[in-house]
Amino acid sequence: MGVLASMFFALQQQTPDGFVPVTGAPVTEQIPAAPLVMASYAFFLLLMVFYLWTIWRRIGKVEGEMQALERRQSESPKR
Amino acid sequence: MMKKIFLPLALVTAAMFAYAPFAINNVPLESTMLLVQKIFYFHFATWMALTAVIAVCGVSSLIYLFKGSRAADWYAVASAELVVVFGVFGLFSGSLWGRKAWGVWWQWDARVTMATMLVLVFLGYLMVRKYGGPGSEKLAAAMGIFGAATAPFVYKSVDWWRTIHPQTSVVRTLGDKFPAAWNLVLYCSAAFLLLAYLLLAARVRLEAMRSELDRMYLAAED
Repeated sequence: MGVLASMFFALQQQTPDGFVPVTGAPVTEQIPAAPLVMASYAFFLLLMVFYLWTIWRRIGKVEGEMQALERRQSESPKR
Repeated sequence: MMKKIFLPLALVTAAMFAYAPFAINNVPLESTMLLVQKIFYFHFATWMALTAVIAVCGVSSLIYLFKGSRAADWYAVASAELVVVFGVFGLFSGSLWGRKAWGVWWQWDARVTMATMLVLVFLGYLMVRKYGGPGSEKLAAAMGIFGAATAPFVYKSVDWWRTIHPQTSVVRTLGDKFPAAWNLVLYCSAAFLLLAYLLLAARVRLEAMRSELDRMYLAAED
């Protein structure tokens, strides 16, 4: 019984049901880190610039609408 | 008050962000992950800023829902938008880091999945505000409260469900194991918190102006 069990476990170890990571992969197979680090920081910069631009644009739009409304209100008594 | 300190704070924040890349470049490499670990300094800091704006959104939503304060509503909508902005960067930088550290762009582990759901809740908040029509403010406030209530679960998820994402103890023990990295994390977190404060102030100003515009339209109709 013990022999059967040890054979079963040995068989299980030989046939893994999935991908097994290999250790000591050649350098050419490894993912370079520098582009990932650069992409991360560049994306942050672009995101912040874009977000600030959207806030600035929306504030400008509301300001423009306020000024137009004030202009209309100041012109209306003259008509 | 805010107008007076906005420009000096903006200059300090800009200087901190200008210096950050040099500091990140100079900090020693981590022993197992090497260069890619340097994503950590902005990745962690963005989650700090995100936690702060989530707290602002939760508290403001509570105040708006129970007291009806309009200013609280401005803070709630402004901070919800910042949650999405910081959340997008947090997920994106985590994905880039995961590509090298885990070998995959994306992993449906507990922390990553819950963080995504959290960002989606606040994206939902913004969609309710934009397309919900009259009265959507209160529904959105409830979403803001529930979103904020989810945040502690997201934080503890890595301790409760052991998956591929590092546990919270990594940061807690960083000061003892890697003091240079710890100091830089604190520096970057301070810069991100300042940035979050400035963006929140600018975004609240926009909401205040929109409210004033609505008031002017109503006055013009009378």
